[in-house]
Amino acid sequence: MFGEYSIGDLGSIFVMQGFAGLILFSVYVLMALGLAIIFGQMGVINMAHGEFMILGAYVTWMTSNFFQTYLPNLFSGYFFLAMILAFIASGALGMLVEWGLIRHLYRRPLDTLLATWGLSLILQQAYRSIFGAREVGVELPQWMLGSMHVTDNIEVPINGVFVMGLTVLITVAVAYIMYKSRWGRQVRAVVQNRVMAGAVGINTEKVDRYTFALGCGIAGVAGSAFTMIGSTGPTSGQLYIVDTFLVVVFGGAASLLGTIASAFSISQTQSTLEFFMSGSMAKVLTLLAVVGILMLRPQGLFALKVRK
Amino acid sequence: MSDDTKQGLQSAFRRKLLMGIAAIPALTVLPRPSFAQAPATSAINTTGLAVTDTEVTVGILHSATGTMAISETGSIEAEKLAIEQINAAGGILGRKIKFIQEDGASDWPTFAEKAKKLLVNDKVAAIMGCWTSASRKAVLPVVEQYNGMLYYPTFYEGLEQSKNVIYTGQEATQQILAGLNWIAKEKGAKSFFFVGSDYIWPRTSNKIARKHVENVLKGKVVGEEYYPLGNTQFNSVINKIKLTKPDVIFTDVVGGSNVAFYKQLKAAGIDLSKQPLLTISVTEDEIDGIGGENIAGAYACMKYFQSLDNPNNKAFVPAFKKMWGEKTVIGDVTQAAYLGPWLWKLTVEKAGSFDVDKIAAASPGVEFKGAPEGYVRIHENHHLWSKTRVGRAKLDGQFELIYETADLVEPDPFPKGYQ
Repeated sequence: MFGEYSIGDLGSIFVMQGFAGLILFSVYVLMALGLAIIFGQMGVINMAHGEFMILGAYVTWMTSNFFQTYLPNLFSGYFFLAMILAFIASGALGMLVEWGLIRHLYRRPLDTLLATWGLSLILQQAYRSIFGAREVGVELPQWMLGSMHVTDNIEVPINGVFVMGLTVLITVAVAYIMYKSRWGRQVRAVVQNRVMAGAVGINTEKVDRYTFALGCGIAGVAGSAFTMIGSTGPTSGQLYIVDTFLVVVFGGAASLLGTIASAFSISQTQSTLEFFMSGSMAKVLTLLAVVGILMLRPQGLFALKVRK
Repeated sequence: MSDDTKQGLQSAFRRKLLMGIAAIPALTVLPRPSFAQAPATSAINTTGLAVTDTEVTVGILHSATGTMAISETGSIEAEKLAIEQINAAGGILGRKIKFIQEDGASDWPTFAEKAKKLLVNDKVAAIMGCWTSASRKAVLPVVEQYNGMLYYPTFYEGLEQSKNVIYTGQEATQQILAGLNWIAKEKGAKSFFFVGSDYIWPRTSNKIARKHVENVLKGKVVGEEYYPLGNTQFNSVINKIKLTKPDVIFTDVVGGSNVAFYKQLKAAGIDLSKQPLLTISVTEDEIDGIGGENIAGAYACMKYFQSLDNPNNKAFVPAFKKMWGEKTVIGDVTQAAYLGPWLWKLTVEKAGSFDVDKIAAASPGVEFKGAPEGYVRIHENHHLWSKTRVGRAKLDGQFELIYETADLVEPDPFPKGYQ
């Protein structure tokens, strides 16, 4: 199949393809991190994860419009502020949802699935009523568009580099919060034994609320970042939800490292296969492989040992 | 609410009548109520449709909720505008159009169920509706069984024809062939790379395009790729495009994927002003989401652009914006949806009846000179004769007309040699 191309061409395409795989990997990690925290640490199946992401995207869109109208000089930097606002907005909504809905369902994990699915429908219709049924276009500052020219065939997309950088940053931050901070220790204690954690004086309700808010906030940041590569519409969140669950479940629910490993293996398989066959077939084969591995290892790639 | 208006109309009429009786000598100078000259209901409605002496009811059946609401909103708006304009101009056979709107909710069985409700319970005289082929395929057996009339606005893959459907959008050969001819001639294009979403419309369209490229244009298809609906990562296919260096990228990616595709194309350093790209799925509506800066330079091939410079369109665009807001854009399908109520009105007037059988028989040959796209005429096969146009996307999200066929293109839903 490659006979007709020169070695130089092929070499640079493989570099590009490797890069495409890395971008896909970052995208997967970014969208799965929030869910991994919520699903992994709290056992809540949050079907509205995509809608929290899209809230972040809409916040970005509003920020962009605001800057264009009132602060055109600062437009080139608006994206950083937009991501912070997206985190706050999604986190706040997450906190509200936890308080009003989720906390009543902790003992019934399957019901959270139904409740959050309903929530996702409500949010979709709310976005449609507020922002209109059509998609909105988020305008990006000029420096974030286009690519860095390396050679004739190797071009590095700037938005890809941005997403990768952001992913590394957020992953490190989450790892620090979960494994080094006092609050992270409390979260892990609650996961391992809720009753005991409560008995030693941890306010488990508060821990739950902030964990959920953190997960939703990260979803918001992810949504904000994805305005660079995808669409922003009332139902755009649905585009991400399947892949997100796939990554989290395949990685093993309670493990951050598992999420990263699973995102890496799925994205690399996907992007390698995509190069040799059509996109739809690549997806089918990737899903088959995941299903096969989960049949042999139902707990996912990395499983936390928890005393039941 | 409709009952109130009806009573309001009646009492106003009664008052007018009393006034008229009181002033019999002045009767001749009183404006006559418009339906006085209208033909009797029993004569023009022999099959029990919802037609009264003053009103006729039609159905609007689109997705106002769910994923397809993004696309179908424009069609709903266009149909409501057309109905309002027809009413303002005196209605049909002296009767005002009243519409019942149902929500297909982006769910195909719901479409079928609502179509049945409109035809059986509401007895609507016609349905303006459906958008995706899947929804049309779900509704088709219903309109055929209950003998309804459906005006379908979307450009689609062809391979269908029904007595009960008027297709106001283009079928695939009508839309694609002229565009391919143009780009082959204008850009000397020999090699094509196809990228599409993975469902019936892109696959059928690409099949037709491939036959045309290989058999007629004597060119080569160097790649044909499909991605699942809603896919958001296109970097791999973009790499393949870079490797194969096609003269033209031919795309029919739809929905949210579109946005991802063009953003990533731009990010990968493919400059659409140098790399010709021909799309059959991006209208002004889609550019709203994609962003003009990401797609500027790409060519689109369809029958209508908002920027068309003709008197009909110059009246249509401001009227649409006045009704639905200054920022709304009008894409190809929105314009085709606008044709539905008008074509139905003209056909009813030609047939002199609301009966579906008579309308189906009278449809061929009906021409609409006020169409924003110019002039259209219904073919024997219930599709429209229309021109095909190529536009170039600009930064502001509008298309600049580059080329249009000299004559109307004949609709050919079952193209020989392309299947």
